[in-house]
Amino acid sequence: MIQTFFNLEIIAAAWPIVLSGLLNTVLLSLIVVPLGLFGGLILALLASVRNPLVRWPLMAWVDFFRAFPPLVLLILLFAGLPFAGLELGGFACVAIAFFLNTGSYYGEIFRAGIDSVPAGQVEAGRSTGLSRLQAMTHIVLPQAVRNVLPDLLSNTLEVVKLTSLGSVVAVPELLYQARQAQSLTYNPTPIVVAAIIYFLMLWPLVRLLSRLENRALVGRR
Amino acid sequence: MTNFERFLDTFFNGKVMLKYLPDILSGMVVTIELAVLIVLSGLAAGLALALIRSLAIRPLNWLIIFIVDLFRSLPPLVIIVLMYFGLPYGGVSPSGFVSTWLSLALVLMAFSEEIFWAGITSVHKGQWEASRSTGLSFGQTLMNVVLPQALRLTIPPLTNRTIAITKGTALGTVVAVTEILGEASSAVSNSYNPSPLMMGAAAYLVLFLPVVVLARRLETKFAWKR
Repeated sequence: MIQTFFNLEIIAAAWPIVLSGLLNTVLLSLIVVPLGLFGGLILALLASVRNPLVRWPLMAWVDFFRAFPPLVLLILLFAGLPFAGLELGGFACVAIAFFLNTGSYYGEIFRAGIDSVPAGQVEAGRSTGLSRLQAMTHIVLPQAVRNVLPDLLSNTLEVVKLTSLGSVVAVPELLYQARQAQSLTYNPTPIVVAAIIYFLMLWPLVRLLSRLENRALVGRR
Repeated sequence: MTNFERFLDTFFNGKVMLKYLPDILSGMVVTIELAVLIVLSGLAAGLALALIRSLAIRPLNWLIIFIVDLFRSLPPLVIIVLMYFGLPYGGVSPSGFVSTWLSLALVLMAFSEEIFWAGITSVHKGQWEASRSTGLSFGQTLMNVVLPQALRLTIPPLTNRTIAITKGTALGTVVAVTEILGEASSAVSNSYNPSPLMMGAAAYLVLFLPVVVLARRLETKFAWKR
């Protein structure tokens, strides 16, 4: 059993491949998380304009991408766009799909955070002579982000896990490299190793989150 | 042909769409089957784990926490790939359908256990003591006093999670499940035309958009007023 699923010789042989996959996963996360945060912030700032002509289309946009499985979006870009003469490559497709998909999730979270700051605070800020933008960046956003920090972290965890979809469009991240190593060695050990790496990498975040979430739900009573 | 006509002919080709409509529809049936199985078994297992955890048996609780953490930190696609491509080396060969179902059910189990457990602990200790002192048994207190309040609290986070995980049925296409995305992708390579993919995208929206809108309603209805 151990010879099959946790073969030390195979680990030694596959380690360079798996390690390069890990580096790419970290790199990919460092790119798509800020991208999603940025997209979400823009969505939430636009939604804070209380004009229904802006707010409704935005809500439709967000619901659209919440209903759309990220893998479908990714395949649509990767396999569909070349027919329109646009060949983007796996990496660019992942970046765009994540920007659209995770941006919508981050947007919902930021919006909830902004809504959680009482309107009186903006009014007070405005009456001391701050512009609308200044009131938003100096008064509302700092509090909003603090109020929804657990949700932001939880979504970030999901985004990092989602980078494994890159393997479907041949982005050489951790899962893809592990599968390559598996087919080279005819042994499932590299995939097991990849799973262990994911677990060790994300476990601390999961622990932290489960504490924060329990406190949030219990504290509400 | 103008550019727009060429665009329509490429991405919304009527002939191709008509030809592959039955495939997409049968893909929808598989997606719905998978989704229903995942939601039912995942939520049931999650609730069961949360109830076992409320018995407060130390070693058992540590095991539950470890299992929950494990399936919260592993990407669903990694679990699916591990089951489908890994397990056969150990002599068990689950089909793509079973691999996807079990993997996503385990992930939903982990997330829902956390949420159910948070709901249960949110019910004040005094309520436990009060009902126990009126003569209700542990089980009766749990079923009649604690759970009704706890479950109400869990609805908004639970609907969100459930939708997000159910959307993962599309991952089944990686292990050759003939759900919507799988059918659409093979139709694209057979017809050299992306129209089936557009149909597949529409099929997902038809299935999930009503659920997302409904969830938004539920969220506002059950949200705790601060």
